[in-house]
Amino acid sequence: MASSTGTPATRRLGVVVIAMLATLAMCGLWFSSEDVVQGSTVRIMYVHVPSIWTAYIAFGVTALCSAVYLTGKNRSLAWDRVAGASGEIGVLFVAVSLVTGSMWGRLTWGTYWVWDARLTSTAFLFITYIGYLAVRRLGGTHRQRARRSSVLALLAVLEIPLVHFSVVVWRSLHQEATVANPNAKVELDGLMLFSLFLGLFAFTLLFVWLVLHRQRTLMLEDAFADRGLDAAIVARHKEAEASS
Amino acid sequence: MSAVRRRRAIALAVARKDLSIEWNSRVLVNQVAPFASIIMVMFAFALDNDGILQRVAPGLVWLATMFSMLVVIQRTFAVESADGALDALRVAGIDPGSIFVGKSMALAVQLFALEALLVAMAVVLYGVEMSVLGLCEAIVTMVVATIGLACVGTLYGGLAAGARGRETLLPLLLLPVVAPVLIGATRATEAAFGSAGTAVSEGWPWIGLLAVFAVLFGAVGTVAFGPLIDE
Repeated sequence: MASSTGTPATRRLGVVVIAMLATLAMCGLWFSSEDVVQGSTVRIMYVHVPSIWTAYIAFGVTALCSAVYLTGKNRSLAWDRVAGASGEIGVLFVAVSLVTGSMWGRLTWGTYWVWDARLTSTAFLFITYIGYLAVRRLGGTHRQRARRSSVLALLAVLEIPLVHFSVVVWRSLHQEATVANPNAKVELDGLMLFSLFLGLFAFTLLFVWLVLHRQRTLMLEDAFADRGLDAAIVARHKEAEASS
Repeated sequence: MSAVRRRRAIALAVARKDLSIEWNSRVLVNQVAPFASIIMVMFAFALDNDGILQRVAPGLVWLATMFSMLVVIQRTFAVESADGALDALRVAGIDPGSIFVGKSMALAVQLFALEALLVAMAVVLYGVEMSVLGLCEAIVTMVVATIGLACVGTLYGGLAAGARGRETLLPLLLLPVVAPVLIGATRATEAAFGSAGTAVSEGWPWIGLLAVFAVLFGAVGTVAFGPLIDE
C-alpha cells in the first residue's frame, strides 16, 4: 500500500507542469502584446479558455469512467475514483472559468454577467456537478457510492445538452448582448496564439497531474475506511472473547 | 400473464397504493396545496406593480409548481424509505422499472391537481384571462410538462431516498435538471395566457420540447431507477 500519492513519474510530470505554467504566466503577462480592441484584458483569456477546456475534458473523463464502471465486468472501484477525482477538478476549473469570465465581461462588456446561452449553460454545468460531488458524499458503502454517482454522471450527460438546447432557444427569443458582440472575429498575432495553445496544453497536463494525485488520495481514503471497519470488528471480537 | 401485462399491473398497483396513502393522509390537500397557495400570494407581495403580475404569471405558476413538487417528492419517498418499504418491494422481486412507472404515475396525478389549482389561482389573483383555445393549450402544456416532471422527480427522488440530508440534496439535484421544463412550460403557458401579446399558436413548439423531455426521462428513468435504488 502506497503511503504517499507521488511516484517518480508524477514528480517529473509535476515539474514539467509547473515550468509550463511559469512560462505561460510570463508569455501571458509580459511577452505577448496587448490586444488592439481589448487592451490588457485579453490576458485573462490565457487562463479563462484553458480552464473551461480542462473542465470539459474533466467532465468527459468522469462520464467515460462512470460508463466503464457500470458496464465493466469486474466493476473496479478504480474507475469510480478516477471519475470522482476528475469531477472534483472539473468543478474547480468551471469555477475558475466563471470567475475569470465575469472579470473579463466586466472589463469588456461593462457587466459581470449576461444571460447568454453559453454562460447560462456553464452555470448549470457548475451546479450539476456540485450536485454530483454531494451525491458522492452521501455515505454508505464504496459500491453504493460508485453505483449512485456513476448513474448520476451519465444522467448529467443527458441533461447538459438538453439544458443547453433549451437555453439557446430561450435566448433566441430575447435580445442579444448589446454591450459588445462576443462573437466578433478576433485576429490573434503569433505570440498570443502561442500563449493560448501553451495554456491549453499546460492546463491539460495540470489536470492529469491533479487527477493522478487525487484518485490516489481517494484510494487511501477508501482503504482507511475499510481498515477502520476491520479494526473495529476485530476489537469487538476481542471484547466478546474477553467477556465470555 | 405476459411480461408486459404483469409490469403494467404492478405499475398500476404501485400507483394505486401511493394515491390511496395520499387519499388517507391528505398531505397534498392539507399541507402542499396551502403551501403552493401561499407562494402565489407571496409572489404578489414581492412583485405588486402595474400589470407586472399578469405578465409574469406563467413563470410564477411553474415556479410555484416546482417548489411544491420538491415537497411532494420528499413525501412520496419518505413513505417508501420508512420501514424499508422500498427494500421490501425489491426483495419481493418486483421489477424496479415498474415501481418507477407506478410512482411516476401517482406523482403526475398529484402534480396535475396542484397545477390546476395554481392556474386557477393565477386567474383569480393575478387577473389572467384565457380564450377557449388558450385553455386547451394550457391543459396540454400541463399534461405534457407534468409527465416530464413526474419522471425526473421520481428518478432523483429515488436517488436521494434513504440518504442522510436528502431534504437539502433533492433541490440541488433536481432544479437544474428541470430547467428545460421551466423554460418550455413557461413559454407555452405565456402563449396560452396571451401574456405580453403572445399568440396562442406560438406555444406549440414549446410543448414539443416538453414532450421530448418527458419521453427521454421516461425511458431513461425506467432503466436507471433500478441501479439507483438498489442498495
